[in-house]
Amino acid sequence: MARSKEIAPGVGRLSRSQVYARRGLYKGLKKSEKPAAAEAATTKEVSVGGEKNGGKRVVPVEKAPRFYPAEDVRQPKKSRKAPKPSKLRPSITPGTVLILLAGRFRGKRVVFLKQLESGLLLVTGPYKVNGVPLRRVNQAYVIATSTNVDLGDFKVDEKINDTYFAKPSKKGSRSAEEEFFSEGKPKDKEAFPESKASDQKAVDATVIAAIRKTEFLNKYLKSSWGLSKGQFPHQLAF
Amino acid sequence: MGFDWAIEVICCDQPSNFKRFVEVGRVVLLKSGPHAGHIAVIAEIIDHNRAVVDGPTTGVPRQSFPYRHIALTPFALTKLPRAAGSGVIRKQLEQEGTVEKWNKSSWAQKREAIEKRRKLNDFERFAVMLAKKQRRDTVRKAVKKASA
Repeated sequence: MARSKEIAPGVGRLSRSQVYARRGLYKGLKKSEKPAAAEAATTKEVSVGGEKNGGKRVVPVEKAPRFYPAEDVRQPKKSRKAPKPSKLRPSITPGTVLILLAGRFRGKRVVFLKQLESGLLLVTGPYKVNGVPLRRVNQAYVIATSTNVDLGDFKVDEKINDTYFAKPSKKGSRSAEEEFFSEGKPKDKEAFPESKASDQKAVDATVIAAIRKTEFLNKYLKSSWGLSKGQFPHQLAF
Repeated sequence: MGFDWAIEVICCDQPSNFKRFVEVGRVVLLKSGPHAGHIAVIAEIIDHNRAVVDGPTTGVPRQSFPYRHIALTPFALTKLPRAAGSGVIRKQLEQEGTVEKWNKSSWAQKREAIEKRRKLNDFERFAVMLAKKQRRDTVRKAVKKASA
């Protein structure tokens, strides 16, 4: 772009399209000849009922829109960027005790089970020990300790994935009134699904058995973490 | 030793109240730099700011060191001549067992204990907390029993 002299650092005299026009590269020969895409049929024959209709008719495959937009709205540019799959910190391995730093369970010590497809970490309290259920957490909001619960070759059931934690979608519109009240009274809390409770128990059975093997570990997971006066997280060993 | 002579001339009838002096043969604790926490011996005094220290048995190479970053220990090599080389210092350190004396001192042991505590991980800190709780409980009960 030698022709676009800079008027200020990083700002050219010409715009991108002006440079494109002046360089004239579009005039050159096209090097790659793409094979002509087979033309898809735009019309099709359909049989029509009724005596006077001739039996068959040629109609376009795609119907023309019934309405045209009154205003021209610019199509937003499509982003070609894709998120990179997140890397698991090397200090986190299945069985590692993590300290949660954010959310409803901040300060709790939990056991790491596996990394899910989305990059979030699947953890459990276990529920019976400290009340933290099977839960997804972001590894940025977690301190990995050097303490490990020996889970052996325990594998979490495949069904516990990201969609397992998704909220059940509600169809149609609903008023807030309906959501929280019935017959003028606050609704009773919905019961925790039986299947999820049994999944929790199934996973925790192995984890709790492993925790029992080490003295104080149960108590350790039950207690929550915090900093006292004169303690700084960057000076502590975890 | 020139240094001792200087002190004697200045000094009066009263003996000094100080017990540890910057002198050749004094065992010092280094407080900064890559060898912080190690002990060494003063081999030669350079000026009022620096001395040559050497620790052939403690992993401290011979170097000049400012007094600001040195702590004097109660130990000293008694017969070290001025500007002695590493070999002589090593021989005298081993003869007098100075490093062992240092390691046995309460100062060194306290330092070691602090270092150990600092290196504990989260779970070990928790275990220490439990142990301290247990100790408090035992003491409290014993005191109560004794005073009742």
